[in-house]
Amino acid sequence: MSTVAQKKGFLAVLWDYLTTVDHKKIAILYLTSGGFFFLVGGIEAMIIRIQLAVPDNNFVSAGLYNELLTMHGTTMIFLAAMPLLFGFMNAIVPLQIGARDVAFPFLNSLGFWLFFFGGVFLNLSWFLGGAPDAGWTSYASLSIASEGHGIDFYVLGLQISGAGTLISGINFLVTIINMRAPGMTYMRMPLFTWSTFVASALILFAFPPLTVGLFLMMFDRMFGANFFDASMGGNTIIWEHLFWIFGHPEVYILILPAFGIFSEIFATFSRKRLFGYAAMVFATVLIGFLGFMVWAHHMFTVGLGPTANAIFAVATMAIAVPTGVKIFNWMLTMWGGSISFTTPMLYAVAFIPSFTAGGVTGVMLASAAADYQYHDTYFVVAHFHYVIIGGVVLGLLAGTHFYWPKMFGTMLNEFLGKITFWLFLIGFHATFFIQHFLGLMGMPRRIWKFLPGQGLDMPNLISTVGAFFMAVAVIVLLVNIVITQVKNVRVGNDPWGDGRTLEWAIPSPPPFYNFKQLPLVRGLDPYWIEKMEGNTKMTPAEPLSDIHMPNNSFIPFVMSLGLFIAAFGAMYQVSWRASEGESFVWALPVLIIGMLITIGAMAVRSLKDDHGYHIHKEDLLDDEEGGRE
Amino acid sequence: MATQQSTSANPKVNYKYRRKKAKQEMRQHVTSFALMIFMTLIAFIAVMAGFDKIYVYPILLVLAAMQVVLQLYYFMHMSHKGHGTVALFLYSGVLVAFITVLTFVTIVWW
Repeated sequence: MSTVAQKKGFLAVLWDYLTTVDHKKIAILYLTSGGFFFLVGGIEAMIIRIQLAVPDNNFVSAGLYNELLTMHGTTMIFLAAMPLLFGFMNAIVPLQIGARDVAFPFLNSLGFWLFFFGGVFLNLSWFLGGAPDAGWTSYASLSIASEGHGIDFYVLGLQISGAGTLISGINFLVTIINMRAPGMTYMRMPLFTWSTFVASALILFAFPPLTVGLFLMMFDRMFGANFFDASMGGNTIIWEHLFWIFGHPEVYILILPAFGIFSEIFATFSRKRLFGYAAMVFATVLIGFLGFMVWAHHMFTVGLGPTANAIFAVATMAIAVPTGVKIFNWMLTMWGGSISFTTPMLYAVAFIPSFTAGGVTGVMLASAAADYQYHDTYFVVAHFHYVIIGGVVLGLLAGTHFYWPKMFGTMLNEFLGKITFWLFLIGFHATFFIQHFLGLMGMPRRIWKFLPGQGLDMPNLISTVGAFFMAVAVIVLLVNIVITQVKNVRVGNDPWGDGRTLEWAIPSPPPFYNFKQLPLVRGLDPYWIEKMEGNTKMTPAEPLSDIHMPNNSFIPFVMSLGLFIAAFGAMYQVSWRASEGESFVWALPVLIIGMLITIGAMAVRSLKDDHGYHIHKEDLLDDEEGGRE
Repeated sequence: MATQQSTSANPKVNYKYRRKKAKQEMRQHVTSFALMIFMTLIAFIAVMAGFDKIYVYPILLVLAAMQVVLQLYYFMHMSHKGHGTVALFLYSGVLVAFITVLTFVTIVWW
């Protein structure tokens, strides 16, 4: 975006987005592609619910059902929830800490494109002989026996997008450590920044085990190794350990940024400082730390023995303590506040009981002995949808409404927003509350159909009806977005009127260099402090001077494209049983060409100096508002 | 890291200071290098002397850990200022990995 508004052709805009290294544009890329995958995962969920609406249904075949449930879980976690959260992190965190961009803009773009190509690769499986069908956990005993290339798509797709996630996580760590504005100490960082920081640290430590697991799986399936094949001296349980050592921190990677978004919303719309800020920070860090000590609670019925089960049960229950601290702090933030029930605030208020319900069933599941009853039933399905929808998705929807003006400069319609909220909330509880009872009645998860006359008919129908409410809610949201963008009514710096943190001190959307002069931060909620003292602007911490900016680059796209191509080669060089001995002579060359493209792009990046450019002081002064000198 | 350079405006002071620092650092490098060679020798001797494996394994592990610490602090500059956050992340990573491994060898694969 230039400082002067100008009309650009479609191709110019497309090229701009393909090459951008601006965190705000990458945020929009994350938001749109994450939103697209969210819709794909949602459609898969709707097909699942239609299949289970009535007993003995034949809407989809058993094999297709397995693919649907696998892809629903995988898509929602890796390709929808995480990218959407990365979208908000990219859009907001650099603004909240008063930085002009992330520490490594090039890597930021690379992280996005790796995620994007990994996600596209995974979803192409639908059109190339069948999607993965071993569940999103892809337990090795099942997945190494799975015919066709489905699991290969899973392994390679997640490997590529996982690399992107790891890169982005490290980028945010470095950004938050090094690029805070003058005066922005750790204990003055807004809670969304804090939770991004902790979630990024979790990514740093949790993704390597997944990478290792996927790597071993790749060798088992594509290069003739036997890490998980017990008959060849391997151990199939190793995959479960590796997966859950990653998988449990992963759910905290999802929920912590959502907690952060809610913390901002509670403080903003209660017009109060967040209650117990220090305790909130401590609780966030503690949840992050404990997240690594509990993975085996997903494996209570594997047969680890009573000692392991007991210790992991206690460790799991311990997480309820910091989470409880947070819940009470949010409630006490509202206590005595001057609350306005805007759409984001409605989501935040609804989040507390919804998420707490999921937390309570979490503690129930944590009791190892009782878990033998709940294991693999719809009770588990109900539990994790309560925490992930009641926590993460409500957070994402709240964040969409809350940060939309900052990202796009327009305000989503509040009336339609509230319709979305009520439809979604009612639909969510209708769908999943009753699944607790289905589980307790003994309905196993991941089944394709159930028989009539077992007391499962009505609850399943109710659950499906609820799912349609959620689908309608999402459609209303899309309509809202289209209407808002077509009307295109621009808003100012602080459209909610009660913004507390730095991002609300600059225009919406911010200029591409964010801050003309880096702001001086004088405490927690710096913009609120300035407003309370009658200032309309932040006090600058530096004189107006040239700003150094990075150049756009097409290289991240090419690097990721190379891996995308190489993945096809790696996959088709094995003729898997279901492909009827078809041999693909082109596979190995494609693998090599793909790798050469990636390595070539890396070489170009390494050998060609790119020093970026400067925005000159004079141009900044020309820019409408003009800096203070 | 840029923080290691003296910010003094006087180039002479700067030069003298850097000379002194460099000399100090060289001594540390040589000392730790000698120590590392010495420890490697001990490791080889311990294996070749044919001690019982129960004694050799812990000796090798302890020597390896010491070598890593020397490497990090004297060759990868963690002894310098401004590495607090790096150290924090390194140690939390080590702690998490240690607890995970400990869990496996004690309660999971009892």
